[in-house]
Amino acid sequence: MVSLILILLTSLFFMGVVIRTKSIASGRKGPGLFQPMKDILRLWKKGSVYSRTTTFIFRIAPTIYFSSVLMAIFMVPHGNNPGLISFSGDFVMFAYTLATGKFLSIISALDTGSSFEGMGASREALFSMLVEPAFFILLGSLALFTGHTSFISIFTTLHYESNISYMLGALATFVFVLIAMIENSRMPVDDPKTHLELTMVHEVMILDNSGFDLGTILYTTNLKFAMYGAIISNFFIGALPLEISIPLFFIVQIGFGIAVGIIESFMARFRMAHNPQFILILTSVSMLIFFGVLMVLGRFV
Amino acid sequence: MEKLFVEIFNLLAIAAIFSFPFLKTKGRGILTLGVISIQVVISSIVALTVFAKGEAQYFYPGSWITGEIPIRIDSLSAWFMLIISFTFLTGAWYGFQYLKKYKNQSANIALHAIAFILVYTALIDICIIQNGFAFLVIWEIMALSSFIVIIFEHYKTDTLKAGINFLIQSHVCILFLTLAFMWVKIKTGSFDFLAITAYTSSQPAVTGIGLFLMFFIGFAIKAGFVPFHTWLPLAHPAAPAHISGIMSGVIIKIGIYGMLRMLLLIKTDMTTIGYFIVTISVITGVYGVMLAIVQHNLKKLLAYHSIENIGIIGIGIGLGCLGVGYGIPVLIICGFGGALLHTLNHSLFKSLLFYSAGNVYQAIHTMDIESMGGLLKRMPRSGYLFLIGSLAICGLPPFNGFVSEFFIYTGLFSALLSNHFLFTLFILFAIFGLVLIGGLALMCFTKAFGIVFLGTPRKKFDEGMVEEKPMKIFPMYLVAMAIVLIGILPLIFMPSIQQIVQLYQPGSAAFTSGQLKSILDILSSVGWYSLGFIVLVATLYYIRHLITAKREVAADSTWGCGYTGDAAKMQYTASSFVRTYRKLAGPFLMIKKEKREACGLYPGHINQVTHPHDKVETWFIEKPLLSIRKLLSRFVFLQNGNIQAYILYGLIFIGLVILLPMIIDNISGFFYLLNRL
Repeated sequence: MVSLILILLTSLFFMGVVIRTKSIASGRKGPGLFQPMKDILRLWKKGSVYSRTTTFIFRIAPTIYFSSVLMAIFMVPHGNNPGLISFSGDFVMFAYTLATGKFLSIISALDTGSSFEGMGASREALFSMLVEPAFFILLGSLALFTGHTSFISIFTTLHYESNISYMLGALATFVFVLIAMIENSRMPVDDPKTHLELTMVHEVMILDNSGFDLGTILYTTNLKFAMYGAIISNFFIGALPLEISIPLFFIVQIGFGIAVGIIESFMARFRMAHNPQFILILTSVSMLIFFGVLMVLGRFV
Repeated sequence: MEKLFVEIFNLLAIAAIFSFPFLKTKGRGILTLGVISIQVVISSIVALTVFAKGEAQYFYPGSWITGEIPIRIDSLSAWFMLIISFTFLTGAWYGFQYLKKYKNQSANIALHAIAFILVYTALIDICIIQNGFAFLVIWEIMALSSFIVIIFEHYKTDTLKAGINFLIQSHVCILFLTLAFMWVKIKTGSFDFLAITAYTSSQPAVTGIGLFLMFFIGFAIKAGFVPFHTWLPLAHPAAPAHISGIMSGVIIKIGIYGMLRMLLLIKTDMTTIGYFIVTISVITGVYGVMLAIVQHNLKKLLAYHSIENIGIIGIGIGLGCLGVGYGIPVLIICGFGGALLHTLNHSLFKSLLFYSAGNVYQAIHTMDIESMGGLLKRMPRSGYLFLIGSLAICGLPPFNGFVSEFFIYTGLFSALLSNHFLFTLFILFAIFGLVLIGGLALMCFTKAFGIVFLGTPRKKFDEGMVEEKPMKIFPMYLVAMAIVLIGILPLIFMPSIQQIVQLYQPGSAAFTSGQLKSILDILSSVGWYSLGFIVLVATLYYIRHLITAKREVAADSTWGCGYTGDAAKMQYTASSFVRTYRKLAGPFLMIKKEKREACGLYPGHINQVTHPHDKVETWFIEKPLLSIRKLLSRFVFLQNGNIQAYILYGLIFIGLVILLPMIIDNISGFFYLLNRL
């Protein structure tokens, strides 16, 4: 419950932090922290235009996409406060629920019969397929490290002993930051700022969404960022009491937001053809973590 | 009581077949549907009694060749009987409607219906007979009658070719099974399945593994494990839709049944077998889905997905074997349990997908994905049912595919925590495989559903709504309901699965009720959370509806960057959707590309065709066949068409047959003489 409230709160200003960082990095003052949320609220008040080609799938897909992320958020714990849903193996359901949302968002892009949106759909399908192994191997390593198979028990028993295990924590954070960037279609895989259809991934998929649905999709992106931020914060919170862990949570989230802003300001987007290789690197980093865990546990051969 | 029921079951089939000559086409159809329905009821009653009362067993005297024929119906048989019966019920129902389009081919339909009844009867009998010889005879009946049901459209060359391919491969399968049964028969003198247990437990583990491998190859051909899968992608597109659904749903599963049965009987080193099965299954799963993505024929795509799902089932079975080998009870439950549940689940969603594909075929008379599009508006019911099937086959919550995959994942992650280094690495490999399968399946089915049913039609077909008869859709609804039901209440079949899993339990690895309960609790909570997910979506959609009900809604054309003309040809096609993937996976695939590019001042017609080939098929079947043919072609001079020469061959043959023993006698006499010297 705690994590749900915290994530919902963070989702209100997270994108603001990212945009503010980017503005400052490029020498501008930038909009207020809540401006992105205000834009979404404005969209929520608007009517919509639907393509004549589309079917019911196009109308329900944003809702399912949003619910899938919300459902996943229910499973994210905060320190030793479990999420609303918590059972052993919950991270499998976490990943698969997100995949359901993704499935619907991909087919809703294909539903428009547009000459551009299929492109984004194709890329999204490929990239999310490639990023999945990294997530599972990483959580498998953590499960191996802690001996548990649910988010809450993994994070509460995750304690760092040797130098190697600190390195593992750093690597895991790195992998999660990049997973978040890829899943949200941000730099360096996709540039949300370009408005050239040929180079977009996520943005091009939602070209035909408007009004309430577009607002929902944009807000879902914020939620997704806050969700990954919450998972990352769990690497640092451990079993700390709430009065320390909540400020720490926000510090981590803001730090994550600034990191995203800095990455987006100082990195160029990769060429599309190079993205798969880049994403596969994540899997190899996760493998590295796995072997590191085996080393820490002394189970090597 | 079981004896009576099984006898009625078989007699019904025979009676039905003999009454065929006295009926007209329509009567034959109704008779088939009726007989299958009654048979389904009977076999379900038998299966349910077995689950309720425990194993049933009785004997037929048999002849001096077969020996006593035991009929043993344990929970494993009962489980497969139930799966087969349900799919055949929906299949017969759907097929009855599907074949109405062919009702002028009276003789053809009669043959088809007879073979259909025979396949069903044979499949059920295979599950209960435990005598090697009788088993092989029934297996042969099953293989031949499935050959006949596949080649329904035998006037098409491709269909006949695929059918003959199936016929040959299923006989290679029978060959291996025969060898394996003969091995046991020679060593023990009995065809009874129990002799296998007696034989292998008295021998060193290597013998058991050898025997298992023999059985494995036989059953793997039927089930479609790579590299024995090559008949599947050919036979499925050739067969009519209801047969494809049944074939993919249950006929290939009889291979899984055989494997599970042999694992129960053969006593040997289960660890080695477990490693072997998991390795081959991961390869099967990943390879199947990798090829599925690049297929342009909808049914072929689904066929490759059957191979993928056989891989997932295999991972479960292998995991269970590892559990038995290492004595880890959780693995036994999750491995075998997951495999059994996935067998049921796959039979459901795969038959649903094939039935929908059949409706598409009857509406537009092609299976080429590239020429489809926008079908959801013309055939909404088939479309949405296909969507449910797609979500389920990708293993996404809240549908049944997720439950069984989650079951296997639970096993894999608990195996990861073990203490053996190599075992941990191996399990990581399996997890990696399963995750990759999931991701690739998502890509494949977004393509299949998105390109086939969404967007605008890529080719002109007859306009207007397609008539979707309620009678034709009804069995599909039945399957879809089962899919959702298992997704939400995964525990409804748990007591039965538990009974089966207990058969595999060696005394050393008995699971405590606590372990079992914790796993069951997790599964049931997964079901409830899936329901929660559905409720969440429904609530949020209702809220959205409340908010947007009074808003202004306009309809316009799809945003085309300023271009407002006909954009049907500019849509993403199936090939372009998977293009990046195809380039990435290029080294593992074999795709022949024919391309005519635009050149010159006035470029003419441009086009590009890709033909995905199966690398395994080329290496394991086509190339060896080619070299055999090369070798044999050297002897082609013998076949000279000259009748005198043929008579000479006959004479030489008879002469050799008579003379050879005499010559050998003389030679041995000569040696005897030498020895005496």
